Amino acid sequence: MTMTEDPKNAPSYKWVGSRSIRPDGLDKVTGKARFGADLKLPNMLEGAVTRSPHAHARIVSIDTSAAEAMPGVHAVITAADLPDLAEAGAKTDDVFMSAKVLARDKVLWEGHPVAAVAATSREQARAAADAIDVVYETLPHVLTVDEALADGAPVLHDTMITKGADPVPEHASNAASRALHERGELDKGFADADLVLEREYTTKPVHQGYIEPHACVADAGQDGRAELFVSSQGHFSMRAMTATTLGWEPSQLNVTPAEIGGGFGGKTTIYLEPLAVRLSTKAGRPVRLVMDRGEVFKATGPTSGSRMKIKMGVTNDGQITAAEVWMAFEAGAFPGSPVGAAAMTAIACYDIPNFVVEGFDVVCNKPKVAAYRAPGAPIIAYGIESIIDELAKGIEMDPIDLRLKNAAVEGTQASYGPQFPRIGFVETLEAIRDSEHYKSPVPEGCGRGMASGFWFNIGGNSTATVHINEDGNVNVITGSPDIGGSRASMALFAAEEFGIDVDRVSANIADTQTIGFNDVTGGSRVTLATGSVVIDCCRAIKEDLRRRAAKTWDCEVDDVEWVDGQAQHASGTETPLSLADLAAKAPRTGGPISVTKSNNVRGAGAGFTTQLVDVEVDDELGVCRVVRYTTAQDAGKAIHPSYVEGQMQGGVVQGIGWAFNEEYIHRPDGTLDNPSFLDYRIPVASDLPMIETIVVEVPNPNHPYGVRGVGEAGIVPPMAAIANAIDDAVDCRLVDLPMSPVRLLDAINQRGE
Amino acid sequence: MDYVAPTTVEDAVGALASSPDSRVFAGATDLIPQIRSGRPEPGLLVDLKRIDRLTAVTENDASWTIGAATPTSRLTEDPAFSGQFPGLSEAAGLIGSDQIQNRSSLGGNLCNASPAADSVPAMLVNDTRAVIATADGTRTIPVGDVTTGPGSTSLSTGEFIVEFEVDKPPADTGDAYIRMIPRTEMDIAVVGAGARITLDADGNCAEARVALGAVAPTARRVADAEAALTGQPINDDTLAAVAAAASDACDPIDDKRGTIAYRKQVAGVLAKRAVRLAADRAAGITTANGAH
Amino acid sequence: MSRTHVSCNINGDDVDFLSESGGSLLNALRDDVGLMGVKEGCGTGDCGACSVLMDDRVTCACLIFAPEAEGRSIVTIEGLAGADELHPLQQCFLEGAALQCGVCTPGFLMAAKALLDNNPNPTETEVRYALAGNLCRCTGYDKIIRSVLDAAEGMRQNGAQA
Repeated sequence: MTMTEDPKNAPSYKWVGSRSIRPDGLDKVTGKARFGADLKLPNMLEGAVTRSPHAHARIVSIDTSAAEAMPGVHAVITAADLPDLAEAGAKTDDVFMSAKVLARDKVLWEGHPVAAVAATSREQARAAADAIDVVYETLPHVLTVDEALADGAPVLHDTMITKGADPVPEHASNAASRALHERGELDKGFADADLVLEREYTTKPVHQGYIEPHACVADAGQDGRAELFVSSQGHFSMRAMTATTLGWEPSQLNVTPAEIGGGFGGKTTIYLEPLAVRLSTKAGRPVRLVMDRGEVFKATGPTSGSRMKIKMGVTNDGQITAAEVWMAFEAGAFPGSPVGAAAMTAIACYDIPNFVVEGFDVVCNKPKVAAYRAPGAPIIAYGIESIIDELAKGIEMDPIDLRLKNAAVEGTQASYGPQFPRIGFVETLEAIRDSEHYKSPVPEGCGRGMASGFWFNIGGNSTATVHINEDGNVNVITGSPDIGGSRASMALFAAEEFGIDVDRVSANIADTQTIGFNDVTGGSRVTLATGSVVIDCCRAIKEDLRRRAAKTWDCEVDDVEWVDGQAQHASGTETPLSLADLAAKAPRTGGPISVTKSNNVRGAGAGFTTQLVDVEVDDELGVCRVVRYTTAQDAGKAIHPSYVEGQMQGGVVQGIGWAFNEEYIHRPDGTLDNPSFLDYRIPVASDLPMIETIVVEVPNPNHPYGVRGVGEAGIVPPMAAIANAIDDAVDCRLVDLPMSPVRLLDAINQRGE
Repeated sequence: MDYVAPTTVEDAVGALASSPDSRVFAGATDLIPQIRSGRPEPGLLVDLKRIDRLTAVTENDASWTIGAATPTSRLTEDPAFSGQFPGLSEAAGLIGSDQIQNRSSLGGNLCNASPAADSVPAMLVNDTRAVIATADGTRTIPVGDVTTGPGSTSLSTGEFIVEFEVDKPPADTGDAYIRMIPRTEMDIAVVGAGARITLDADGNCAEARVALGAVAPTARRVADAEAALTGQPINDDTLAAVAAAASDACDPIDDKRGTIAYRKQVAGVLAKRAVRLAADRAAGITTANGAH
Repeated sequence: MSRTHVSCNINGDDVDFLSESGGSLLNALRDDVGLMGVKEGCGTGDCGACSVLMDDRVTCACLIFAPEAEGRSIVTIEGLAGADELHPLQQCFLEGAALQCGVCTPGFLMAAKALLDNNPNPTETEVRYALAGNLCRCTGYDKIIRSVLDAAEGMRQNGAQA
C-alpha cells in the first residue's frame, strides 16, 4: 500500500506511479539478456587467477615458467606486468587498489591474486594457474578487530599511522583511521537520564550475495586501446580504476556495461578487469575472466565485521539525553571500511543533544571490504535500535512512541552536521503504528519487534541523452547500469513529461564512449539524479518542439502549449502536431531532435524506514522463523511502485539473512571455512512469508517529482527488529550477529538459570 | 575424465575392473561439488543410471526392492511406498531441493558416507539391506555395515550397491525422520533422528528403533533409547529417557554447522520428536509431515 | 583431455555437440551449444540458476555430466516461450515485477514450470518449498511467489497445457 502525504493536493500523474513492464524484462525472462559471462568473441581465450592460500605472507618468488610452457597458454601475468604505482608516486589509495588486484610483495588474505593466465580453454587456464610456483614466507595474521588492535599484533602495513587519532600515534598499527562526531556534554547528558544502559555488540562479515559471479571480457587492440564488457555498477568509475591500475588514460578503455546479476555495492570496484585487459594485451586476443562462487566469497568485498560499545540514557518520560558510541569495523586487507558512514548514520534518526560517536577503521587479514547496501548503517543500527528497545522496556514506554518522541524532523540538526530539510521519518513510524500488523494481536507463541533506519542517499554526476525518432517514438539513453529497475523509471519519466504511452519510450544504457560521464549506480541515486537529468532533457526537448511548432504555424512560441503528447496552438485554430508529426518535419525545422544534459545533482532526500516483525521461536532447538513482516519506507514519490516495493522487500530479506545465519566463518589459520552457498546461508523462499510494504510518500522538495532514493534504507533495521522480536518471544537479548540457532539455544539455556 | 554408461551390472563391474581410477555415480550431487572443491578427479566415470535394475522400484509381497540409483523423487512420489514408509520417504525427500531430488539416490546418499546423510537414520530403523555387486555376483549386508566413517565405506574396490531391500513393517508400525537445519531447506542436517515404533494391543511400545545422524562418524542406532521404550508406554517419562539416551550416545564434532554441546542437546530433542511422530503414525493418529 | 560426442534433443531440436567428457551439461550448453540463458551462479547445485528440464524433470545442469544428456530431451529457458507468445509464467513474471537483476530468472522459470506441470494448484507453501532450490538475492521472493500463483490460476482458468 502507499501512504501519500496530503493525497488531496498530491499531483496526479498518468505514467509516473504506474506499473509498466520494465524495458529489459522480455530479454530477462527469455534468457536473451547478456550478463558479463555471456559474451563470446571470436578467438576468445579463457582466464584463471592464481590466489594466495595464506592469510598473510611475504612473496619470496614467483616462477611462471611451467605455466607458460603448458599447452594452450597464451599469456601469464604477475604484478611485474602492471606499473608499480608506489614507485610512480601515486596516491596511497591507488597503490592499495593496485595491490588488491594483484599482490606485489605481500599477500594479505587467503584468495589474494598473485598471477593470472589466459589459455584456450577454461581447464587449461586453471591447470596453468595452478602450476605457477609461488614461494611464500608465511607471517602471523589477524582476523578480527580484537586481534588487530591487541598489543603486539602483527601490523599489515608498516607505515599505517591512524588518521584522525588524537594524539597522533608514534607507531604504525592496524587502525587506519578514526572518525569522531561530538555534540553537547556527554557527562551532563547521562547525569540527566533516569535510565542508562551500556551494551556491547559484535557482528561478522557478510557478503552481498549477488547470484552472478564477477565476469568480464576484455578485447585489447594493437593500438593501445581496449574494449571491456563487464558486469558492473558503474562503468565510468570502473574504467577510471582499471586505467589507473594499468597506467593508462581512461579514454584508452571503452567499457560497455553488461546486464548485471546483482551488485548491492559489491560491484562498484575492480577485481578482474585490469587482469583481463593486461592478459588480452599480452596475448593479443580477447580474454574472458569469470570468478567461480568460491572466488566470489574468498576474494571480493564483503562488508565489515565489528565490535561496538553503546551507552545511552533516557529520562522516565522518554527523552533520550545522551549517547556514547564506540565502534571498530574490519576493513579487511586495506583501509576503507564503512565506519565513517556508520558514524554519521548511527543516531541520525534521533535528535539527541549530547553525544560522542567514535569509529575506527581497522585492517586485518581478510578480503578488503566493499560497499554493501547502506554501507555501515545496518551494522551500527543493530546496536542502536536494540538498545533503544531495551530503554523503552526499561521505562515502560511503547518503542514506537519512544522513537516518535525523539525523532529527527525538518529543521533538526542531523547528528552528522547538516540541517534536515523535509523528511519522512515520523511518517514511517506512524505508518507502522497505524498498520493492520501492529494493531493485530501478537500470534500465540510469537514475539514482536520493531526498528527504524536511515540512509542519506546521494545525488551526483549523471549525463543523459534523449532523441525523438522519425516515428515520434523516444529514446532515452543514460549511463547508469540498471540494478533495480531504473530503466523502467526513466521510461516513465519520459512518458510523463511528453504525455505519451510508455510503450513508445525505449530506455537504454550506453557505454563510456557513447554517453557522457556518470557516477556509479549506488547511494540510491539513479532515479533521483539520472532521472533528474532525463527530465531536464525532456523539458528542453519540449521547449524545442514548441519552437518547431511555432515555426510551422508561423506564430509566437508563447502561443504554443505542449499537452498530452501534442503541440497545441493556444487559440485552438491549428490542428495539433504530435511527436511523430514534428519528427517528420524535423529536417525543415532545425534538424534532428536530440538533447544531452549533464549535472552534478544535489538535493537528494534522506530515506527513512520503520519495520515490524513477528517471529516464532522453537525454544528446544533455538530455531527462529519470521512469521510476519511489514516495512514502511519513505520513497518521496514512487515512480514505479512495483520496483520500489521490490527494493524494500529485497533489502528486508538481506537483513533477515544477516540476522539469522549469514557470516564469514574463518578457520584459525585464516582460511575461509564456508565459501559456498551451502554453508554461507542466505534466505531461501521457504524461510519467509510475504513481505508487506507500505510506501510512504513525503515528497523530496528538491526533485521535480519528489523522488527519494529507496534502494538502501530497507536493509538497515531488520537485524535489530528481529533481535527485539526474539527478546519479546523468549526473553533473551542477543547482542552478537548472526543470531543463529546455536547462539539462541545457548541464550535460552542460560536464561533458565 | 572419461565416461561410460553400462546397461548391465556385469558391464559396470567390468568397467570398474578395467580402470583402477574409476568411480560409479548416480546423481553426482556430491561428486561434482567435491571435484570442484579439489578432490582428485577419477579417470573413469561409470554412470549407473542406464542399468534398469539400478533404477527399478518394486513392491514385493513382503518387501520392497529399490534400485540404488533411483532418483529419490521417484520414492517420494510413490504413494504406496510413502504410505508404508512415511519416515524413510520423507528422509529421502529431504536430500536437497526439487532439482537435487531428481538426481539424488539412496545409493549415493549412503556411499558418500557423510555422517549427516538424511536417508541413513531412516534406513537403519527400517533394517534396510544393501545388495552389493562384486566381481562374481552379489552379497547382501545391513545398511549399517556399509559406512565406516566420514567419507568411507566397507565396499571393496570395484564393488557398488545395486539395490536396497526393505521388509514391509508389521502392523501398527510407524516410522519418522526429523532433522534440525538452520534454514527450512537446502542445508546439511546439523542433527538427524530416525525412529520406528511398533505398538502392541495396549498401545505400548512393542518394538523400538531409534537412530541418530550427524552426531557421530556414522549414523547409528541408539540401543539405550530403544531399551527405554521397549514394553513401555510412550509418555513424557519414557520420552525423557529417550532424549537422555540420545544425547549420551552422541559423539559429535564442533564445525561450521554446530557445536558439540548444541548437537548433543538437539539430538535428545529430535529423538523424542521422532519417536512421538513414529508412535502417532503407528497408532494411525497422524500422517503429518514432521519436517515442515 | 577426451571429448565425447553427445546427441540429444534441446528445446525441440535434435542437437549434436562435442564436450569435455568430465565437463558439466551447464558448460556444454553455454560453451558448446551456445545457449547462454542457463546461468552459473555457484556450480555446485546450491543456487538453481542453471535449472533446466531433462526428460521433464527439473535439475541443475551444473550437476550433470555432459555425456549423460545422450538421447535425452532437454528444455532450457530458450525453449519456454512460443514463437510469438510468452509462457504464462514469463508473462506473469513481467507483470508481477518478479525480477530485478534477472540472473536467477531463467532458473526460477524452469523450476516453476516443473512445479505447475506436476501440481497445477499449489498452495503458497508448496510453491515456496518447490522453489527453495532457487536463490534470489534481489526480490526477497515475495513477487516471485505471487507471480507463480497468478500464473497457476491463469493456466487453470484457461485449461492450458503447461
